Amino acid sequence: MKKYTFTEKLDTRSGFGAGLHELGKSNENVVALCADLTGSLKMDAFQKDFPERFFQVGIAEANMIGLAAGMTIGGKIPFTGTFANFSTGRVYDQIRQSVAYSGKNVKICASHAGLTLGEDGATHQILEDIGLMKMLPGMVVINPCDYNQTKAATLAIADYEGPVYLRFGRPTVPNFTPSDQKFEIGKAWMVNEGTDVTILATGHLVWESILAGEQLAEKGISVEILNIHTIKPLDDEAILKSISKTKCVVTAEEHNVLGGLGESVASLLAKNTPTPQEMVAVNDTFGESGTPDQLMKKYGLTANDIVNSVLKVIARKN
Amino acid sequence: MSENNISTNELKSIASQVRRDIVRMVHGAKGGHPGGALGCTDLFVSLYFKYMKHNKSFVMNAPGEDLFFLSNGHISAVWYSTLARYGYFPVKELASHRKIDSRLQGHPTPHEHLEGIRMASGSLGQGLSVAIGAAQAKKLNKDNRTIYILMGDGELQEGQVWEAAMYAPHHKVDNLIAFIDYNGQQIDGSTNQVMNLLDLKAKWASFGWLVLETDGNDYEKLHTTIEEAQTQLGAQKPVMVIMKTEMGAGVDYMMGTHKWHGNAPNDEQLAKALAQLEETLGDY
Repeated sequence: MKKYTFTEKLDTRSGFGAGLHELGKSNENVVALCADLTGSLKMDAFQKDFPERFFQVGIAEANMIGLAAGMTIGGKIPFTGTFANFSTGRVYDQIRQSVAYSGKNVKICASHAGLTLGEDGATHQILEDIGLMKMLPGMVVINPCDYNQTKAATLAIADYEGPVYLRFGRPTVPNFTPSDQKFEIGKAWMVNEGTDVTILATGHLVWESILAGEQLAEKGISVEILNIHTIKPLDDEAILKSISKTKCVVTAEEHNVLGGLGESVASLLAKNTPTPQEMVAVNDTFGESGTPDQLMKKYGLTANDIVNSVLKVIARKN
Repeated sequence: MSENNISTNELKSIASQVRRDIVRMVHGAKGGHPGGALGCTDLFVSLYFKYMKHNKSFVMNAPGEDLFFLSNGHISAVWYSTLARYGYFPVKELASHRKIDSRLQGHPTPHEHLEGIRMASGSLGQGLSVAIGAAQAKKLNKDNRTIYILMGDGELQEGQVWEAAMYAPHHKVDNLIAFIDYNGQQIDGSTNQVMNLLDLKAKWASFGWLVLETDGNDYEKLHTTIEEAQTQLGAQKPVMVIMKTEMGAGVDYMMGTHKWHGNAPNDEQLAKALAQLEETLGDY
């Protein structure tokens, strides 16, 4: 098992904020819109240094999506910022008609995704956003794993022409990927090569998968881990290549089991090479208040849960 | 200020042909929304043939051009006819409206790459936000042209409209002239019965808009109002024109009722409508 280390834990939303600020300097067409959550989205540095390109929208997310779509007419590259819940479910029809169907170059940037925003509870803990967004034709869906990768993804999506959903979160998580990485949309990132099982993880469950891989290595199980930072378009080639070797797969994500990465992988495999699969995800339920760690444990999203799923899927393979 | 020196009689002549196109299109498609389209014909013809600076060689980002957005996309027939008659695309393409493999979808969209359409509309209440965004992009680009946007009165029942209504004055979006097609009708009946709009002028004024009122089927009044709205551009406030129209204007049996909001005429009704509308530019 390849050794990964980190010097600090950081929140992925700060990676977004840093990337956006850098874009402010490097790309004059980048504009930012925020629905009264500038501090939470870490958009304050952009707001301070590029006030003429920052638009405070107030608590009016539907209007924000429409404004962003309109600003693309004139060549602007709008980045909208609010919580994942208000970035997707609340404004689904606006995204569908004014962004996706209209083919507009809007970057929908969503913080506080999943359970790990913590104590605010289920009203804010969206676990359906990946599913909602991936169903829209032409929408790119990205869920990076740490601070550095979120920053790199933020920079990369400005250079991509078309609608993008960028998902990140509130808690601090190990920052272990290189600060100088080049983010390639749609290209899975090989975390560890192995032969017995493939783990396809997205978001901060990539780190949990690394921890799981270390535990499994002690049991003599060789784990291949792929960081699926782009859920749509899915890197079919990398996934099929890995599974041709390992013959079984565990998917891991902080999302409802319905509509998430696991379903995308199951669909790919069903069509190409039916394969035993276990899904580490939230089992079609709402979240609740609690600390991120408590919630991860209670809803089955930890390294231990990944280990158990790996043991189960290997048994099914044999 | 007019961009084109064109007489009202010439505009009326174009409008007559556009109205013929509308009834023929919805008849040909056996469906569509003739009522609102006919009611707004005089505005479309006035904007596209007299007031807007625009280029039929379509460029999505339109630097240096005035832009028009349609929020109540169901009246697409009037927009398609106006664009075709101006030369954006061949008039014979009007025959494909609402049919399979057409660029003239039931509701307008840039998805099929139809020249002149920059944004999908149909799901109501979204157009004003889009138009305000486009207006702010123009300002960032130091492009001093104007954004025009038309909404239906029924769609003012959508909440997003009022989010946009609050936003534009706060951000001093003063390069935008919005119109409400105030015909008082919606699918289930009159707006008074379905969901009363009450005092629209007071509503928009209290949100911080400069509000003008006019008659959208009277060229003299409509043009006076458009020119007055233009003089208010740059005055730190968005402009709202509440435009009283007659649904079905130009076809006697379609006027004064919500019945023709979303119905197509049959052969006999088509003939009756066409008899009232002079063919001025040649049918498609």
